[in-house]
Amino acid sequence: MTAEIGHFALILALLIATMQATLPLIGAHKGYGSWMATARPAAVTQFGLVAISFGCLTQLYLTSDFSVLNVVQNSHTAKPLIYKIAGVWANHEGSLLLWVLILSLFGSAVAVFGSNLPPRLRARVLSVQAMIAVGFYLFMLLTSNPFERVFPAPINGQDLNPLLQDPGLAIHPPMLYLGYVGFSMAFSFAIAALIEGRVDAAWARWVRPWTLAAWCFLTGGITLGSWWAYYELGWGGWWFWDPVENASFMPWLAGTALLHSSTVVEKRDTLKGWTILLAIITFSLSLLGTFLVRSGVLTSVHAFATDPARGVFILAFLIIVIGGSLALFAWRAPQLVSTGVFQPISREGALLLNNLIMATAAAAVLLGTLYPLLLDAIGGGKISVGPPFFNAVFIPLMVPMIAAMAVGPMLSWKRADLKPALTRLWTAALAAGAIMLAAWALFADGPVMGVLGIGLAGWLFIGTLVELGGRLQLFKVPLSDSFSRLRRTPRAAWGMTLAHLGLAITIAGMVGAGAWRTESIQAMKPGDTVTVAGYEFTFDGAKDGKGPNYSITEGTFRVFKGGKAVVTLNPEKRIYMVSKRQTTEAAIHTTFFGDLYAVVGDQDPSGAYVTRLYFNPLVAWMWGGVVIMVCAGCLSLTDRRHRIGAPAKSRAQGRVTAQTAGA
Amino acid sequence: MKRKHKRLTFVAIALLLLGTAAALVLAAFEDNIVFFYSPTDLAEKQVADGRRIRLGGLVEEGSVKISGGAITLFRVTDLKTTVAVSYKGLLPDLFREGQGVVAEGRLNAGVFTADEVLAKHDETYMPPEVAEALKKSGQWQGQDKK
Repeated sequence: MTAEIGHFALILALLIATMQATLPLIGAHKGYGSWMATARPAAVTQFGLVAISFGCLTQLYLTSDFSVLNVVQNSHTAKPLIYKIAGVWANHEGSLLLWVLILSLFGSAVAVFGSNLPPRLRARVLSVQAMIAVGFYLFMLLTSNPFERVFPAPINGQDLNPLLQDPGLAIHPPMLYLGYVGFSMAFSFAIAALIEGRVDAAWARWVRPWTLAAWCFLTGGITLGSWWAYYELGWGGWWFWDPVENASFMPWLAGTALLHSSTVVEKRDTLKGWTILLAIITFSLSLLGTFLVRSGVLTSVHAFATDPARGVFILAFLIIVIGGSLALFAWRAPQLVSTGVFQPISREGALLLNNLIMATAAAAVLLGTLYPLLLDAIGGGKISVGPPFFNAVFIPLMVPMIAAMAVGPMLSWKRADLKPALTRLWTAALAAGAIMLAAWALFADGPVMGVLGIGLAGWLFIGTLVELGGRLQLFKVPLSDSFSRLRRTPRAAWGMTLAHLGLAITIAGMVGAGAWRTESIQAMKPGDTVTVAGYEFTFDGAKDGKGPNYSITEGTFRVFKGGKAVVTLNPEKRIYMVSKRQTTEAAIHTTFFGDLYAVVGDQDPSGAYVTRLYFNPLVAWMWGGVVIMVCAGCLSLTDRRHRIGAPAKSRAQGRVTAQTAGA
Repeated sequence: MKRKHKRLTFVAIALLLLGTAAALVLAAFEDNIVFFYSPTDLAEKQVADGRRIRLGGLVEEGSVKISGGAITLFRVTDLKTTVAVSYKGLLPDLFREGQGVVAEGRLNAGVFTADEVLAKHDETYMPPEVAEALKKSGQWQGQDKK
C-alpha cells in the first residue's frame, strides 16, 4: 500500500509540475495575473507530493518491505538503521527521487519567500523549475520507478554494496545533490531573465546566495566523496581523476566561476551575458554529472548504478535542456545591455581572468572525461585517460590563476594600477621564496613541482593576508582604528578572504600529499618491521573477529619513531555476510604534518600478509582548508546585504535545512 | 584604451588561454593515453615493451599464485589466448579467479608487469572492455545487460 501511495504521489507531482511549467509562463507573457498566481501554490503542492513519495520510500526501507524491487536490491534486514535510511538514495531510482525532492524544495522556497521578486520573474522562474522537474518525473516514472513491485517477494534483500555502508558516504549524495540542484536555481533565474530580456543588480542579488549555497554544498559533497575514497578504498589516494569524480568537479569549476562573475553583475552591472551563459553551463554540467554517473556510460572504478537502457532518455533530455537553453541564449543575449565599463587591469578584469581560466579548465576536464566515450562510440578503440593526462593539463592552467588570485582582490573596480598592488605584495613574494627554500631543504630529492606548488600556496596565503591588512590599514593607523575597521568589514568580504586562505591551505595539503608521499608495499610476517618516512611499523600479526553484518580480519601495527611509541594502527579487511563482498578499512593516524596510513591484505602461503604502508604529508591541511572554504561561504551567505537588500531571501536560505527536517 | 581595444584585449587573453589549453591537451594526449588490449590483441599486434597499456580479460581459474615480496602472479585470459601477469601490491577486494579484471602496466619480455589492477566493485558485473574482448574471441557466454 505504501508503495502505491508513493507511486501515485509521484504521478500527481508530474501533473502539477506540468501545469506549473505552462500556465505561469503563458500568464507572464500575456499578463494574466491569475495564471501567474498559480505558480506559487503549485510549487508548494509539488513539494508536498514529492515529500510524501520520498517518505513512502523511506518507510519501505525502514520496514524492509521486500515486495518492492528497489528495497530487495539495496537492503537487508540485518543492515544497521542508518544504512537502511541511506539505502534510500544509495541507488539509481532513490537518488533521482532525492534529486526531485531537493528541486521541489528549492522551488517552494522561492514560492514562499519570494514575495519581493517581481511577479513576472517569479512566475517564469517557477515555470522553468517545473520544466526541469517534469523531465525528471517522466524519467523516473517511465524508466526508473523506485516503487516497482516484485512477485513473489523474496525472504530477504541483496544488501547494499558494503563499500557504501559508511557514514561519510551516507551523507555524500545528499550534499552533492543539494549542490547540483542548487545550481538549478541559477539556471532558472538565467532562463527567466533571458525570456524577460533584462538582467539587473536585483536579479544578481537573488542569484548570488543560491549559487553560493549550492557551491558550499557541492564543495562539501565533493570533499566527503574524496575523503571516503581516501579512507575506504585503501589506495592511499584522495583524488583519482576518475570520471565519476570529474563529473562532480566540472560543475564545481563552472560554479566557482559563476560565483565570481555574479559579483560583477551585482556590483558593476556588466558581464551579464557571460554570467547567464555560465549559469546555463554550470547547471548543464550538473545534469551531465548526475546522468553520467547514473546511466552507466562511464567505465569507472566506482560507478555503482548502471543501466544503459536509460541512455536514450537521458541523451534526449540533455539535448533538450542544454540545446534549448543555449539556443535561447543565442537569441536573447544580445538584448542584455551592460552599463558598466572597465579597463583590462581592474577587479572586473581579474575576475574575468579567473572566469576564463576556470572555464578553460572545466572544458579540458570535460574533454578528458568524454574523449574515451566518443572514441569508443565512433569505433576508434578503447582507451583510458588517467591521472597523468589531467595532471599535465589541469595543473599548468591553475598555476597562473592562483598566482593572480593574490593580486586580484587588491585591484580597484573599474580601473586599477598593477604596480602598487605588486609593490604591496613584496612580503608575500618573500614568504613564498622562504617557504620554497625550506621545502627544497627538506625534500631535495622530491619533485621540483612540489617545491613550486608549496611556494604558490604560500604566495596566495600571505598575499591574501596582505590584502586584508591593507583593508584594515594595519600599522598605518592606530590599532584601535584598524580594529573598528575589522568590525565594519562586511561578512561577504570576510567570506572572500577566508575562502582564499582556505584554498591556500588546501593547495599546500594537495601538494604535500601529492608530491611527497612515501609508499611501501611488502609481505610482512608477525614481528617484521618496515620503516616508512622515519616511522617504524612493527607488524604484530592479524586476528579474526566479527562485526554487525560482516566478519573481519584485523591486523595490528605498532608504530615507533626514534624508539618512542607513536600509535597502534588496526587496519581491517571485512567480508560482508550477505553479499560475500570484501572491503578494506585502512587505519589512519592523522597528525599535523601528515597521516600514517596502513592497509592489510591477503595472507600468502608462507603466512606473511601483504601490507601497504604510507606516509601522506599534510593531508589534514587539505580537509581543513576545505572546511574553512565552506565556512567562508556560509559566512558570506549571512552578509547584511542579503538580509537588508532582499529580506526574504536569506531567510529562505536559512530555512532550507529546517524544512528538510520538517518534511 | 578604447572600448574596441579593451574587447580585443580580452579576446586575445581568451584565445591565448584556449591555445595554451589545446597545446597542453594535445601534448598530454600524446603521452598519457592508455590503450586497451585483450590477450589475443596482445598476441597478434606488436606492442612495444615498455609502453603503458591496459590488459583486460578473465583471471584464469587456478592461475593465481601469491609469491614472496607481495608479488602476485596470475594469468589473464579471453579463453583463446592467455597472458601471464605479475603484480606487486594489494589486490582489489573483488579480485577473484574466473572474474573479469583490467590490469594496467607494461609488457616486459612476454610477461605483463602490472602496477594497477582494477576489478569492479560489483561481483556480477563484467567490465565492458572485458565483455567485448570475450565477444571478440568468440567465447562470450553471458547475457547482455538488459
